[in-house]
Amino acid sequence: MPAFSCAFPGCRRDLLVIVLVVFVGIGLHIEASAPAYQSHGTEGSHLTNITNTKKAFPVLAVNYEHVRKPFEIALWILLALLMKLGFHLIPRLSAVVPESCLLIVVGLLVGGLIKVIGEEPPVLDSQLFFLCLLPPIILDAGYFLPIRPFTENVGTILVFAVIGTLWNAFFMGGLLYALCQIESVGLSGVDLLACLLFGSIVSAVDPVAVLAVFEEIHINELVHILVFGESLLNDAVTVVLYNLFEEFSKVGTVTVLDVFLGVVCFFVVSLGGVLVGAIYGFLAAFTSRFTSHTRVIEPLFVFLYSYMAYLSSEMFHLSGIMALIACGVVMRPYVEANISHKSYTTIKYFLKMWSSVSETLIFIFLGVSTVAGPHAWNWTFVITTVILCLVSRVLGVIGLTFIINKFRIVKLTKKDQFIVAYGGLRGAIAFSLGYLLSNSHQMRNLFLTAIITVIFFTVFVQGMTIRPLVELLAVKKKKESKPSINEEIHTEFLDHLLTGVEGVCGHYGHYHWKEKLNRFNKTYVKRWLIAGENFKEPELIAFYRKMELKQAIMMVESGQLPSVLPSTISMQNIQPRAIPRVSKKREEEIRRILRANLQNNKQKMRSRSYSRHTLFDADEEDNVSEVRLRKTKIEMERRMSHYLTVPANRESPRPGVRRVRFESDNQVFSADSFPTVHFEQPSPPSTPDAVSLEEEVPKRPRLKADIEGPRGNASDNRQGELDYQRLARCLSDPGPNKDKEDDDPFMSC
Amino acid sequence: MGSRASTLLREEEIEEIKKETGFSHSQITRLYSRFTSLDKGENGTLSREDFQRIPELAINPLGDRIINAFFPEGEDQVNFRGFMRTLAHFRPIEDNEKNKDPTASEPLNSRTNKLLFAFQLYDLDRDDKISRDELLQLLFIPCHWLCSALCHLGCFYSEPNRRNQDGTYLNLSNKLLN
Repeated sequence: MPAFSCAFPGCRRDLLVIVLVVFVGIGLHIEASAPAYQSHGTEGSHLTNITNTKKAFPVLAVNYEHVRKPFEIALWILLALLMKLGFHLIPRLSAVVPESCLLIVVGLLVGGLIKVIGEEPPVLDSQLFFLCLLPPIILDAGYFLPIRPFTENVGTILVFAVIGTLWNAFFMGGLLYALCQIESVGLSGVDLLACLLFGSIVSAVDPVAVLAVFEEIHINELVHILVFGESLLNDAVTVVLYNLFEEFSKVGTVTVLDVFLGVVCFFVVSLGGVLVGAIYGFLAAFTSRFTSHTRVIEPLFVFLYSYMAYLSSEMFHLSGIMALIACGVVMRPYVEANISHKSYTTIKYFLKMWSSVSETLIFIFLGVSTVAGPHAWNWTFVITTVILCLVSRVLGVIGLTFIINKFRIVKLTKKDQFIVAYGGLRGAIAFSLGYLLSNSHQMRNLFLTAIITVIFFTVFVQGMTIRPLVELLAVKKKKESKPSINEEIHTEFLDHLLTGVEGVCGHYGHYHWKEKLNRFNKTYVKRWLIAGENFKEPELIAFYRKMELKQAIMMVESGQLPSVLPSTISMQNIQPRAIPRVSKKREEEIRRILRANLQNNKQKMRSRSYSRHTLFDADEEDNVSEVRLRKTKIEMERRMSHYLTVPANRESPRPGVRRVRFESDNQVFSADSFPTVHFEQPSPPSTPDAVSLEEEVPKRPRLKADIEGPRGNASDNRQGELDYQRLARCLSDPGPNKDKEDDDPFMSC
Repeated sequence: MGSRASTLLREEEIEEIKKETGFSHSQITRLYSRFTSLDKGENGTLSREDFQRIPELAINPLGDRIINAFFPEGEDQVNFRGFMRTLAHFRPIEDNEKNKDPTASEPLNSRTNKLLFAFQLYDLDRDDKISRDELLQLLFIPCHWLCSALCHLGCFYSEPNRRNQDGTYLNLSNKLLN
């Protein structure tokens, strides 16, 4: 970004700003004059009916009413996005002020403008917010939720979410009620239940605001997942408390039975939400099993099932947010195993796009609603609310951490606690809940004003200062690089080790249950939810690769070890259990089948032409050019010398199939380089002009013999390169047509 | 944790184990009852077969290595002290500076001792070195995608023999354990 703006001469930037302003002006003018058009239109038709004279055929007519609603919506969204664009062109601004603040300011300005013009600025309709603007953000968060840190800290997160929010609500509600009792404030009409209701609205940490601010400060994973997880899971508490207190304040009295029912309600709401989400998640996974013929609509299934989960749970007054999260988490591993690569990309980008738009709109509307909404300002109440928010949050975090640290292995340090407390931002959910309050509440306007003030305070003051504070306190930042393959290996090793030791101790701990879940998943669930071939294929592919690895090892040991390497090492106690023992014949058969499948797919990819129902561009994949091959080879050579530091691309949940890619390449290591194993010690070109892939195997033993001769070094690289190219060319050539016409989804687009 | 456990384990033994390993009283008694339940032969020691009877270890790819870690060099039986000594490596690290006694040996669950323990798990032939072959063995722990990724890299064929990995390994592990 900085490079871009530096290259941008100052005058062009000013021009862009002017264009933006003009655009805004036009947009507002059109909206303002919309009613004028409306009346004009009806008048005109009325006149025509009465007089019935022949008018000239209107060559050009304006009918704004026809497109009014979609036009306005599109205009708002466009405006929001242009603003977002504008911010990033001003480099220093976006580094200091978080985007959310800027957007609220823009909303304020726009709202002010509209008011000045004389129109009624649109308020953030709660219906619109909860049904349209919030779901994309939550789905995006849930779908890409980092599962491992989340499950490792789920206890802590739940304690913060449930107990923390309860503490906040009651503390604030209680103290505010006490405040209202003081005569001088002049709010003696506010009863306890109303205060508690207000407390419950304003106490919940908001996921939208947290996402918006934390995304820019790149804090370490633990703190991020704590605050973020808390903001997601406290929705259940908020829903229950809100509904409870609203019911109670209508009735006026509270009995013990009501309290008990409230507790039961909490469990029903949260667990029910999760259950609904999980059901829809499994449905989506099951549906995706059959989409191999209609790849184009795959992303839609993901979105629609999730949205249905949200709506269904909202219908039953269950926690919609938890349903969305559960749906995303449950659905993800299976759906990603089934859908095509392009669908995966589509889903990713659509989710990011929608959540980005939603977030922008939410903040702008917050600003506009502030200008629009009816306000009732009471200094004491509002200031006290803000102070109490901070105080209760800090006290809550400190108190809870003290208790939690007794059960945690990795304790939360004071710095972590501070960031968790300081990062408890309130946002649009609080505002919408307040807006939902029926007008019969006499304190509604006061509450709304207080809520808005709290939101502004947290977003502006806390949002802006959190970044310098993080720097000042030198809080651990997010690890920018992905773990290297070496680290991945060792992490997996340690996982297995800890599971084993837990088994020895007889302790059913975290690792034990994780292991159990994985096994259950593998044996039962995956069968049903992953399309048939894909379920079995990875095992075969992995097995194939292990065989390749074995063979390659044999090569390097230059024929002195005729048998499989691992068993020859003098480790009597260790059996490499992982290598299944199959006969040579079976190995060959498997190889043949696999290669045939690959060939088939390559051929299919070639023959498919463009059609509206596939996204596949046959020409592009065809282009297995020399240049690309050479580049690949050079890349691999480079990586070999740094193998310990190569980042492992953990995003790909499915092993080895189309998504094994490295950081710089976007090419799919599917049919091209899949079965090749690159030898650093290249042999002289003894390869026949092989057309079919099948001769790759018999080629190997011959190369093996040739290695005795020239030992590989740089001078042989040229030969090796030629050799490699020949190999690769063999692989890319479709070869003889096999009868096996399986539709092989794993290699498809 | 019934009366049987407490009669077979004397108070002074518990104290000794507590001092050596740092486990609490309740933890020691609980682990002792586990020990006795695993000890089918009821001779106060565990053999390899006893360990192999544990279902979680049977399906664990590292099961054999873990079992080996309990048995010191050459022996085939492990008593309760040895059992606790190995398990003590897994206690959380305590960074209490104030108890730093320069003459006392490092506690079993210190960072270095943990690393040493983990090192022994990698070093299958117990020659105090991790050879390239032993590293290759790691690939055969079922983790498919890694296997395939490494196939693509084709890296192992070019690496020179990595003898005496101690230093680099400890560095890497430090990074991990942090």
